[in-house]
Order: sequence, then structure tokens, then C-alpha cells
Amino acid sequence: MEKKGLNKVGLIFEKIDAREALTKAFNMSNDEIIQQILDSGLKGRGGAGFPTGLKWKYTAAEKGPEKYIVCNADEGEPGTFKDREILDRVAYKVHGGMAIAGKTIGAREGIVYLRGEYRFLLPKLLMELEEFHKMIHEIGYDFKISYRLGSGAYICGEESALFESIQGERGEPRNKPPYPTTSGVFHKPTSINNVETLVTVMMIVMHGSESYKQLGTKDSRGSKVFSISGDTPMPGIFELELGMTVQEFVNEFGDGDTKAVQVGGASGFCVPRKKFTDTIIGFEGVPTGGSMKLFNSSRSMYNVLHNYLDFFAEESCGQCTPCRVGCQQLLKGVEKVKKGEVKSTYLNELIKLADTMKIASKCGLGQSVGNAFRTIVENFREEIIY
Amino acid sequence: MINLTINDQKISVPAGTTVLEAARKLNINIPTLCNHTDLCVAGNCRVCVVEQKGARTLIAACAMPVSEGMDIHTNTLKVRNARKHIVELLLSEHRSDCTKCYKNQKCELQALANEFAFGDTIFLDLVEDHPYTIDRSSPSFIKDDSKCIRCQRCVRTCAELQYISAIAVANKGAHQKISSFHDRPMSHVVCTNCGQCVNRCPTGALVEKTYIDHVWDAIYDPDKYVIVQTAPAVRVALGEDLGYDPGERVTGKMVNALKQLGFDSVLDTDFSADLTIMEEGTELLTRLKKALVDGDKDVQFPMFTSCSPGWIKFIEHKYPEFLPNLSTCKSPQQMFGALAKTFYARKKNIDPSKIVSVSVMPCTAKKFEADRPEMRSSGFKDIDFVLTTRELAIMIKQAGLDFRNLEPVPYDSIMGESTGAAVIFGATGGVMEAALRTAYEIVTGREVPFSNLNITPVRGMDGVKEASIKIEGCTNDWKFLEGAELKVAIAHGLVNANKIMRDVKAGKSPYHFVEIMACPGGCIGGGGQPIPTSMEIRKNRMKAIYAEDEHMVLRKSHENPDVIAIYKEFLEKPNSHKSHELLHTHYVKRESY
Repeated sequence: MEKKGLNKVGLIFEKIDAREALTKAFNMSNDEIIQQILDSGLKGRGGAGFPTGLKWKYTAAEKGPEKYIVCNADEGEPGTFKDREILDRVAYKVHGGMAIAGKTIGAREGIVYLRGEYRFLLPKLLMELEEFHKMIHEIGYDFKISYRLGSGAYICGEESALFESIQGERGEPRNKPPYPTTSGVFHKPTSINNVETLVTVMMIVMHGSESYKQLGTKDSRGSKVFSISGDTPMPGIFELELGMTVQEFVNEFGDGDTKAVQVGGASGFCVPRKKFTDTIIGFEGVPTGGSMKLFNSSRSMYNVLHNYLDFFAEESCGQCTPCRVGCQQLLKGVEKVKKGEVKSTYLNELIKLADTMKIASKCGLGQSVGNAFRTIVENFREEIIY
Repeated sequence: MINLTINDQKISVPAGTTVLEAARKLNINIPTLCNHTDLCVAGNCRVCVVEQKGARTLIAACAMPVSEGMDIHTNTLKVRNARKHIVELLLSEHRSDCTKCYKNQKCELQALANEFAFGDTIFLDLVEDHPYTIDRSSPSFIKDDSKCIRCQRCVRTCAELQYISAIAVANKGAHQKISSFHDRPMSHVVCTNCGQCVNRCPTGALVEKTYIDHVWDAIYDPDKYVIVQTAPAVRVALGEDLGYDPGERVTGKMVNALKQLGFDSVLDTDFSADLTIMEEGTELLTRLKKALVDGDKDVQFPMFTSCSPGWIKFIEHKYPEFLPNLSTCKSPQQMFGALAKTFYARKKNIDPSKIVSVSVMPCTAKKFEADRPEMRSSGFKDIDFVLTTRELAIMIKQAGLDFRNLEPVPYDSIMGESTGAAVIFGATGGVMEAALRTAYEIVTGREVPFSNLNITPVRGMDGVKEASIKIEGCTNDWKFLEGAELKVAIAHGLVNANKIMRDVKAGKSPYHFVEIMACPGGCIGGGGQPIPTSMEIRKNRMKAIYAEDEHMVLRKSHENPDVIAIYKEFLEKPNSHKSHELLHTHYVKRESY
């Protein structure tokens, strides 16, 4: 691990004095905080990459006494497990980041929506939360956080479905607009941020935006925690500076026989070996919420694709036509191609369908099914057919 | 105002308008499926996607509010391809046995398929992959999941308009479906059989249970004497299924058609509606007397009307503690049924066991009502078969009748006589108005103090309506009511009924008498009426109802000569022992879960 190569960063898991960071934040004006986050170039760490400073700016601009900060800890993307580690090791920084967000946007209440499968973390998190409430009270700021457990649906990681779930409704995405910044949980202005984003905010406030900007590239500032799995001798959680190519990544984490890397989980992109060198991991290339899955030549990409499609056919909320039916068609379609029951050219029809799903689905789930589908089918067509 | 362009045409619309609404103002047609003007926006079928310049994805026109400078195109290649895909996808999970389907040629999916998905199908058939169920357990409707396209109109109808949620979305992804509580049969959940979901289902997934063939069998059985009654709201809506615009009255043509179909006797539910007013009005006055004069603490107010079988099942499930507040009067359909096989049979000298009693109703819940075990006062099943307005239209088509050119003819006698008071039963507020016309006159000896008998405060489409009427100048028998203010309320659509019931439960209800109809607009918007439905259509039917009333010579129930005669010859007086035996009923507490 100490060999030369990628720049390992220790920002997210760095131990800090939370009281110091929060006191510093509470002595800043809201505009100053927003400006600092905007300057840092921080984009949401859940995967979609919306600029955090803008999200806060919009929510802060909303009138009305009741606003919310929601922490999206419904980490469900296949191959992602970094938020679990962050919550396990530095939950106080998640709570701190929420308090800073709360102050900035004018919310007195924060809700952590915790993936149901992470229930085992809850006793520890609640103990940490008690400490946090004590501290924030001593600092003299009025802010409360509560935890809600998810119920197991992937779709509840989609922000508006997550709000519905918190409200006790069926977890289904809403029509947008209105966006969460104007109508979020309980239909109040809400800033919803990923676990890692909130910790990063805490660190930016602590160290300033200038030092953060030193890391990464123009479009992808800073560092990011990656969940690395698959055919690698070094599976696990790594915080890396953004801006590396897939080749650089594979050099460090591959097993010497890597034929493809799935960047961003089931909803992400498959990068084949021939594109390793000219694909940057980040918003200028392939963005990721952290999931990096390596496949070596022993793997059948048909099986990989089938697994993802099976997952989506199950985890689509079922509300909108392109996603509900489209996922089933893609799944059944590749099965029939594999069995030779339809012509291999049927894959072209399926790619067109995936394109329709991308532009006609109601939410990010249906819109991103085509990412993996297209990149796997286009790059490993022969593996799908034969 | 917001300025935008759609297909290069400029338009200014108020903020909050959707792209779909703006396009309609320009007469630009954007196809829809999940959208329904009575319901909240869902945005889930995606058939209405259009292209917005600068947007990453297509947008759903029904769900997207307009914004300044928007540049929308509704017919680009991208839009057409997506739309075709979406319709094809819907078809791939829909059992397309169109030629045999009850909704053939009345199906919105079929119409879209006709525009976008003719020729070779692109996608694989998914119907075979799903364990679909066809639920025939309700006497009122059939729920066929293999035809469901998950638009959720039914779910929204049941929740938003009816406050029942008998059906809701279950499961996710490929397994998502519209289901009932614990997937129980519809006959075993809290469902009022109102049929509002049937009215709004775009496909054949929810249709009424039809008894057309049973009725034909009876008509062609030489041993049977087949009587038919028609409800007030049928005559102002039947035309819609036979090529007329909403709001055309076709009463006389309908009677002629029924005779041509072969019914032995064509009679009018209006007769028993008038009878209902006599019974229910007397019941109200008796209750008032018991409470005010006798100090009977057991008499509870408000008294609720009991004509609407959807409402009856609602209160039985949801507020059973208030069953004593329900009028004990049967609905006009069931009063008619009980008299058909007793009084009518005797007068006409027909063996009641040979009578088949059919009713044509704007309602699906009436099918359930006719099956209730309480509805056998004649010693037989009082009503044998209930047809909806839609089913009658089908029979007329099956018989090849030239409906438009039929001569209008009057109803048969006896039990065919009608008044304006009975006709307005078909619209929300009508029972109240009819009851007030009669009760006020009984108590004071004078007509209600409203111009031309039109009690306008109880009319219209407001969800909950209130009125009060001061009783002055009482006759000697009713002196105890002198100066009293009778407070009444009217609700239609069960979501509005629930508002009243919440107040009643909280002890905050000031009313003496409350009319409740399960369906929006009352029976004119019933679950058995022609499809489609909308506020505009219901308003047109309502206008027709009041026009029918205005055209009647007799407009008060107690002036109906058939009603006067039946009391003289058979029932003696309202609320008599005989009346109670035949015309009144009781209710049962049902589960609520």
C-alpha cells in the first residue's frame, strides 16, 4: 500500500476537534460559509455531483421558519460501502456537518436517513448523537438531529423517494420541480446531502477552501472516498485525490488481469481495458459515488450485466413506464439473445430502449440504467451474444 | 403571466399552469394516460413527454409547470420515438385480447396503440411472466390485473375522491401491482363498490360486473314477467353512450327502447324516490318530535339519508357507531323492488315468483345492494339484476335499435308516475331539496319559501353544502317546531362525507339532517355512468336534471298520484307497520382495517 502511485488523502477520517470546527462555523456569516463551500468546488459525494454550495444557497434563500437538513445515509448502490465506514468511524463529523448546514440554510432540525441494513450501527450512532446534542447545547446553538431507518428499497436513496419514506409514504420519486430546496421533506425547503459531503464540509470549514482546492482537477475538486471491490488484491475503503485515470487506478488496485472497471456501481459506467488510459475518474470523465468494481478476464460480462439488470428490474419503484417495463425488457431481452431465441441484432433495439429510458424516466434510477447497459453491451457485445 | 412557446407558437399563461394545459389552450394535442382532470398529477405513464430546449431529458407535460421563456416542442423525432417506445412497453405487459375485451373501442391504451404502435411489436411479451389474478369476488366490478397499466388513476380516485384506499400500490419493480389490503379479494376489504375507479380506468382492468346476458335470458323466458325500473340519473346520461352530447335528456326514447328490448313493463324509480321522501320526511319529523317533545335521549342527530349504497357501506365500515343516525328507509331501488313482487304483483295479478325485477342504475354499488340479505322483504330477492347505464346502452346497441329516431313514450302504469322532486334525486342536494319541499309543507301547510320551489342553496358542485330553513307558521300538529331553524348539510364524494363525519364524531356538527351521496356530483357522477367523466360532463348532466324538474307538472313528492294511491290502497300511511315491513331496513357493522 505504501508503494508510489495515487495520492492517498486522510481528510475524511482525520480526527478533529468538533467543537473548534463548529465554533469557527458559527462565528462565520451564512454567506461566508456558502461562499467558502462554493469556492471549494465541492460537488455532492453521493454520485449526482450537484454543487453543495449552490444547494445550500438555494435552500437558504427560501423563506419560512421550517426547513430541514437531511443526511442521505441510504447507501444502496451496489459496490458502495464507504458511508458505513464514515458513520462507524467519524459520525461526529457527520453530525457536525449537519449542524453547519442547518445554521447556513436556517434549519433547526436534521434527519439522518440510515440504510436499514446498517441498523447495527444505530446504538453507537445514538450514543454519539447524545454527545453531539450536549455539545451543541453548550455552544449555545439550537439544533436537533434524529435518525430514521430505511426499509430496504434501493429507490429510497433517491432524494424525493427518501422524503416520501421519511413521511411514512411509499418510497416513490416525486415529480420535479419543485426541487427539494423549495419543497423537500414534509414539503418544506430541504437540503439533502450525502454522508461524505457533510463530513467534507466540516473539513473545508476547518481548513479553508484554499487548501481543499489544491486537490483534484478543475471539474472534480478535492478527494473522495472509494469503495473498492471485485478482482483486486486490495479491496476496501480508500480516500484518493480526484483526477486519476482508470489506468492509474488499475495500476494500483488491479490484479494484473483487469479487463473492465465498473465505475459508479450498477447505475454507473463500465470502462473496458482499451479505454483505461483516456478515461478520468471524476466529473470530466466517469463520475462515481464511490463504487469501483474491478473485473478480470475470468468474469463473464454477460453475468455482470444480467446481475445489474436483475437488480434494476427488482429495485425500480415500478411507478413510471420506461423504468418499470424497460428494465424487464432489457433483462428478458439479453436472456433471449444469449439463448439465441432472438437475433443478436435485437441488442440494437435494446440500446435504443435504454436511450429512451435515459430521457423519459421519471427519476435518476430509470435514467441511469442505460449507463451500464450501453457501456457493457457496446464494449463486450460478443460476451453477451455467445 | 408566464410567456413560453410551444411548437413555435407564443402563449402567455398564469404561473402554475402545466405545459399540458398550456398546450391544450393552443389546441395542441399531447397524448396522456395517467392524467385525469379529477385527480392530482401523477406523471408516471410518461406518454406525455415533450422536448424542452436546453433540458437534459424529455419532460412530462402533465407534471411540468411552465416557466418564463420555455421553448417546448411536442412532435420531434426524439419525442415520437420515446412515445412509441412507451406505448409499446405498456402493451408488452398488457394482455391485449382486445376484440373480446369489455372495453374494446373504449380503451385509452388501445386508442394510443392505434396511433403509435401499429405494425410489428418491438418488445417481448411480459404478460406470461406474471402471475396475474382476475378478481371477480365483488358483485359490482371485476379487477383484471393482466390489463392493468399501473397508471394509478384508480388508486388516486379511491384515496383522493373517496377516502377509502381499497386499492393501493403494492410491491416494486417488475412485481409492482395495484392491490388490496393483504391482497384479499375485493369483496373482503373496505370497498364501497362505488365504481369511481371503474369510471376512470383507461383500460379493461376495472370494469363493472355485467348482468346483460342474465337479463336477456329473463326477457326471452316466456314464463317470466320482466319489470324494469330506471333511476333518475340514467335519463340524463344514457345518451352519451349513444352518440349524444353530455346533458341531453333522452327519457322518452329510453322508455321506448326498453319496451322494444322486450321488457314486459317499464317503470320509474322516480315513483319510489317520491315514496322515499314520504317515508324519510316523516321519519325526520318523527325523530324531531321524539327528541323535542318526548325528550327521548336515544334519538340522535343529524339524521343521514340512506339512498346511496356506497355511502351505506362506507359508514358501516368506517363510522358504525353512527348507524342509528341513518334513516331506516331503503333506497328507492329497493323500495321499488319490495313493492314490485308484492303490491304490483297483486294489482296486476301476476305470480310474484314469475317476476324478474331489473333496475337500470347509474351505479355499481346498487349491484351489491341488491345482493344484501336484508333486501328480501317480498319473500323473494327484491331486485334480481342491476344494470348500469353503460350496460343498457350496450343492450340497445345489441338489439340494433335506431335510438335517435325512437319516438318518446311515457312510462307504464302503475309505479311509473314521477315528480320533479324525484328526478332531482340524481344530483347532489336533490334528496334534500325534495325532502324540504315536502316536509316544510307538511309542517306549515305552505310551500317552501323559495322562488319557484328551487332551493338553490342546496344545489351545485361544492363538496359540502350547508343551508338552514326557519320554520314559521306551523300547523297545530307541529307547533313544537315553531320558530325552529332546521339546519341541513349535503356532501357528495366520500372524501366530503368523511369531513362531515369527522365533525359529527367530534360533536361539532350542528345539523339535523344530512344528505350524503357516495359519488362526486351525486348519482349523475355515479360509477355506472358513461365514461369518460369530468367536472364539465357532470355539470352538464346536472343542468339536465334540473331542466327535467322544471318541465314537470308535479314537482313535489306528496303530489305523486301513484304515491297517494299506494298509501290509500296498501301502505296506509308513511312509517306504518306495512311500510316498515317492506320499505325500511337495518344496517350492519363491518370491519375497518
